[in-house]
Amino acid sequence: MSKRKAKGASKPIGECISQLQKCLRERLCHNRIPSQLEASEAQHKHLLGLLQRTANNGESNSVLIIGPRGSGKTALLKCVLRDLLQEKEVQKNLLQVHLNGLLQTDDRIALKEITRQLNLENVVGDKVFGSFAENLVFLLEALKKGDRSTTRPVLFVLDEFDLFAHHKNQTLLYNLLDVSQSAQAPVAVVGLTCRLDVLELLEKRVKSRFSHRQIHLLSTLSFTQYLEQVASQLSLPDDFPDREFALDWNSSMRRFCEDKSVEGILQRHFNSSKDFCSLHMLLMLCLSRISTVNPTIKPADILEASRLCFSDAKSNMLHGLSILELCLVIAMKHLNDVYEGEPFNFQMVHNEFKKFLQRKSSSVYNFEQPVVMKAFEHLQQLELIRPVDGSSAKTQREYQLMNLALDSSQIIEALHKYPQCPTDIKQWGMSAFG
Amino acid sequence: MKARLRVRRVYKWQGEPLRFDRKLKNFEYGSLIISVEGLPRRNIINTGHCILIEGEDEDNPYVAKVIKLFGDEGGMQKKAIVQWFVRASEVPVSKLPLLGRKPHPQEIFYYQGRGCNEEVNAESILRPVQVKQLDGPAAFPDSSDKDTLYVKLSWDTKTFKMVDSALLSPSTPLCCPKACHPNSSPSSLPSGTPASRRVKQRALPTPDPAVIQQAASADHRHTEATTSPGKDGGLNAESLDSKIKLSASKCLGTKRKNASARTPGVRKRLELHSPEKKSLPFKDALSQLLDEEFESEVELAQKLSTSPPQLLHPTYNLTPRGKMHTTPANSDSISLKPSLVIMNKLSVYDMDIESQTRAVSSLTEVDSESSLVPLAAPKPRTSKRKSAQLVSSRIKKQLNLLDEQQNLDSDTEDEQEFVPSNKALSSSSDDDEMIHGDESVQVKKGRRCTAGTLVPRSKKNLSTTRTCRKTPNKKGAANTSHTPRLGTPTIPSRLIPARHPVNILEVARTRLHVSSVPESLPCREQEFQDIYSFVETKIIDGTGGCMYISGVPGTGKTATVHEVIRCLRNAANMNEIPSFHFIEINGMKMTDPHQAYVQILEKLTGQKATADHAASLLEKRFTNPAPRIETTVLLVDELDLLWTRKQNVMYNLFDWPTRRHSRLVVLTIANTMDLPERIMINRVASRLGLTRMSFQPYGFKQLQQIIMSRLNKVKAFEDDALQLVSRKVAALSGDARRCLDICRRATELCEHSATNTSTRRLVGMNHVMDALNEMFSSSFITAVKSASVQEQLFLRAVIAEFRRLGLEEATFQQVFIQHQALCRVEGLQSISVSEVLAVCQRLGACRLLLLETSRLGVLQRIRLNISQDDILYALKSD
Repeated sequence: MSKRKAKGASKPIGECISQLQKCLRERLCHNRIPSQLEASEAQHKHLLGLLQRTANNGESNSVLIIGPRGSGKTALLKCVLRDLLQEKEVQKNLLQVHLNGLLQTDDRIALKEITRQLNLENVVGDKVFGSFAENLVFLLEALKKGDRSTTRPVLFVLDEFDLFAHHKNQTLLYNLLDVSQSAQAPVAVVGLTCRLDVLELLEKRVKSRFSHRQIHLLSTLSFTQYLEQVASQLSLPDDFPDREFALDWNSSMRRFCEDKSVEGILQRHFNSSKDFCSLHMLLMLCLSRISTVNPTIKPADILEASRLCFSDAKSNMLHGLSILELCLVIAMKHLNDVYEGEPFNFQMVHNEFKKFLQRKSSSVYNFEQPVVMKAFEHLQQLELIRPVDGSSAKTQREYQLMNLALDSSQIIEALHKYPQCPTDIKQWGMSAFG
Repeated sequence: MKARLRVRRVYKWQGEPLRFDRKLKNFEYGSLIISVEGLPRRNIINTGHCILIEGEDEDNPYVAKVIKLFGDEGGMQKKAIVQWFVRASEVPVSKLPLLGRKPHPQEIFYYQGRGCNEEVNAESILRPVQVKQLDGPAAFPDSSDKDTLYVKLSWDTKTFKMVDSALLSPSTPLCCPKACHPNSSPSSLPSGTPASRRVKQRALPTPDPAVIQQAASADHRHTEATTSPGKDGGLNAESLDSKIKLSASKCLGTKRKNASARTPGVRKRLELHSPEKKSLPFKDALSQLLDEEFESEVELAQKLSTSPPQLLHPTYNLTPRGKMHTTPANSDSISLKPSLVIMNKLSVYDMDIESQTRAVSSLTEVDSESSLVPLAAPKPRTSKRKSAQLVSSRIKKQLNLLDEQQNLDSDTEDEQEFVPSNKALSSSSDDDEMIHGDESVQVKKGRRCTAGTLVPRSKKNLSTTRTCRKTPNKKGAANTSHTPRLGTPTIPSRLIPARHPVNILEVARTRLHVSSVPESLPCREQEFQDIYSFVETKIIDGTGGCMYISGVPGTGKTATVHEVIRCLRNAANMNEIPSFHFIEINGMKMTDPHQAYVQILEKLTGQKATADHAASLLEKRFTNPAPRIETTVLLVDELDLLWTRKQNVMYNLFDWPTRRHSRLVVLTIANTMDLPERIMINRVASRLGLTRMSFQPYGFKQLQQIIMSRLNKVKAFEDDALQLVSRKVAALSGDARRCLDICRRATELCEHSATNTSTRRLVGMNHVMDALNEMFSSSFITAVKSASVQEQLFLRAVIAEFRRLGLEEATFQQVFIQHQALCRVEGLQSISVSEVLAVCQRLGACRLLLLETSRLGVLQRIRLNISQDDILYALKSD
């Protein structure tokens, strides 16, 4: 309770807490570009040099940044661009075009977007005029007019690069890369993708025109580095308004990270994935539990947050089912066990369920067939069961073949947690054979 | 319509042959008579006359001077040797700036270039025309005489020069009978010509001093006059004529309407012009009457004053002729009264034309019209201003778009100055053809209405102005949806000049960039020679042909062809071979195979058209015995992308060179050697012919030579390093681009490492090795190594499940069980299905695994995208 004394010295604890929340949330949610990327120093240097040469010398280049999701591709690029634009010379010259494969789903849209962002002559206000063919000719003409030394260099950033490779004939990629390989306006084409086999997607002519520069971002993070990262993410900066509170907080966080149980939880997260997106999620959950009553993060908080992160979506869904639906799921589980994953239909499930009822002889769960059918359909709507491919609406609903989209472990877990689950049903579910 | 005309025109020799050439077995004649079937009128063409020759553009036929007329023994073929003139519109668009000024619409150039067929079919001669030579500094006369063309300069396909006056010696009669009719336009539609020709005939007998003044030489006129009937007879004939003409023009008019309904597109432009031309004869008749009534010098002035109303034609062009004819007395008033309206209408009309026209030719026409008006009627300028302002203010009201302001301003300016700017003209787009089509129909309707009412002229004018005023508004609205395609697309130029390479590595890097054009292309000497001689012979012979070039990417196909063209251009500049036209299209650089036509046409003539129309124009160009086409060399890159189901694009491309008059050389480039056999149907492949050439991938010695020649004695590489690069690339693909890229990367790596030890500045083996590794090594193994524990575990589970099943495919559910087991073995906490699914999805996103859609959840099937050995290797080395 030393914190409470400290707070009395300067500011009320509430204000400090809200300041803390604001500071850390900005860091975790806004994806602020870190001042320096420790892990990818070499890549940063490579990319920066490349873009500098385009901007200053008018040298055309093309490069792909490849790495799994959450490995910091965009962060690297943003970091490089920030450093690059600090040079006044570059800032005045460089034109940027940002495209995203998820937004520009075909070349027509992409061309319009390029023309718009370059603000070429056929742009009025926010609209680009002319047909697809005209736009292409226009853009190529514009790029062809330029030359190495007199034209402003253009940086093309293609996010989700692999999706551009699915466009018809790869016209856009061919043309961009062709410009980058010929004496036209200087361009730098930077592609970001998480597909390691992206080069195989390129058509041979397009591939030949690509310079084959690839920057791989594969994290080589060890667990100790990971822990350091967590600590640095949680610690408050020096310019925090209340200095004493910040010092207190930082020391408590250091202690928090050294805690064995916390380390165990973080280890589990690290094992699962090395990217920082999931870590940020975890820390956000912890952070939101902080209040005036609970002014610091305790190991229990991270345990709870981790439980939330790792909870199984499907078994959570099972908790909301009615008893009848749960019974049907159990019946399906038994059918799966007996027939080794072969698909089943409604009649089989209903029979299995009726067998269970006969054994019990208590008619609490004795429902009419239409009611059971309705429950079955509800399960299908929840996509807990899926119709087998190919069996269309031709067959009657009762005989349509279905697959259970649940693992038996998920069902058992759900049975444990199901609120006020009748014992007989629980036993039926747990038993090896129906 | 054209075909019709051809049938109607009859060509005959006049008199006996002058001499007989035994060698060539032909008779030379002194003059040729052209008569139109069913009409007594004849045109006589002598050697030395200037004539119009049927060409692709009906508005602007070719101009030439007859040097010799001859026919073969049987009298079957009538030929003429001519000296050509070119119109400004025929000069390549790229060369026009050499002129240094805007060409006068009536200006033609004495053609001195080679490679032009001087022999033409006499059947293609349309009619005579007057050509005047002007001195260099002399201004172009501002006359309304549209049938006189002026020569100032000569054009030899490279430069404009002053014409030696001896070339157009005054002894040769440059004039023709038609010259006495300032009103008949040289660009009138062929359909209009019969009528105008008749008028001509009538005018001849009157020895009008004004006419004499205009005529450059009287010789020819005399001969004509003797053959034509007397004056009285002329008057009689006139009324007769006009009746015939009426019916003729009527039926022509209806025909035209039908035609317009049938053929959309550029036809419309002709349509717009046609009304005024149609009405020309009528105006001629009026002025004729005047001429004959007064017969004095004053008439010249009067004629001039009557000329402006011609511009008014759109107003009453469709009125029944009979009605108009009954009030010839009005002719006096025409000269002044309607001028008020002229301006209005003209401005409107200009805008219409602006929107409609695409060809430069029509621009010149509009120009000539508009330039005339202020001269003829300076008084009503203010009123015109008002109307123009009114129109523009209305437009502005309708469009409050600030962005459009500039565009609009230029439009309104145009109205005020009566000169349509180039910009505005070029702003019309193919896309809006539909809109224009509607519009022109509207305009026509309006005109027809006014014509139908037959109200006194003043009222009529009012109504027309109203209808016309509506159109610009609509036009304005349409304009907003226009492509504001201003002539030159450019990327802005940089504010700070680019840095230049400083050290030797940077110099090397610049030289090694694929884009830097090498001084020569090493290692492709044989191919270069073959292509060069192929194209050269075709150009010299004036024939056409196809060549197919194949080779894997990066073997210098396109570069070699460009090099050939560069050399041929040099040769043409040195006058060693005839000049030629080079066009390049690329299958990858168009959105649709049919766009090829559009691009070829635009590069050939600067015209813009839709794909279908462009195809027909090109077809016409390459089929017709157009006498003066230079050889065109067409490079079609990435041919395989021009494939369509019917293959008509490829068919046409290969068919044109086989036409007799096309003079087209087609060089095609694609990657696969057997493309003709694989994707082309027989008739296409057959037309492509067997002139094939394949570029072999470069060997390591060649690659080495390429790098050396590019570096050009800049010592930046160790020899071993160069050899390593070239051997490696030659073994992989033989792609020169790859080779250069690796070298470039190696210089970068060298530069980075050199910061530590600044003494060593040569790219060595280790740098090259690093660069090679960077570019060629697969990243899968490193990706597996750097994956998280659970991801690695999942991959092992996949392999374990595959081994168990003996298949290369498993469902997630099966792998999950393996995964749980492995977790237990490794002593890790068991994780939930959702978590493992997330792990699986991450691996799938990197394409280490191939997955079905994630909707299937635990039922989705899994495959590996890399070999099991690679995974085990990556996991073991930990």
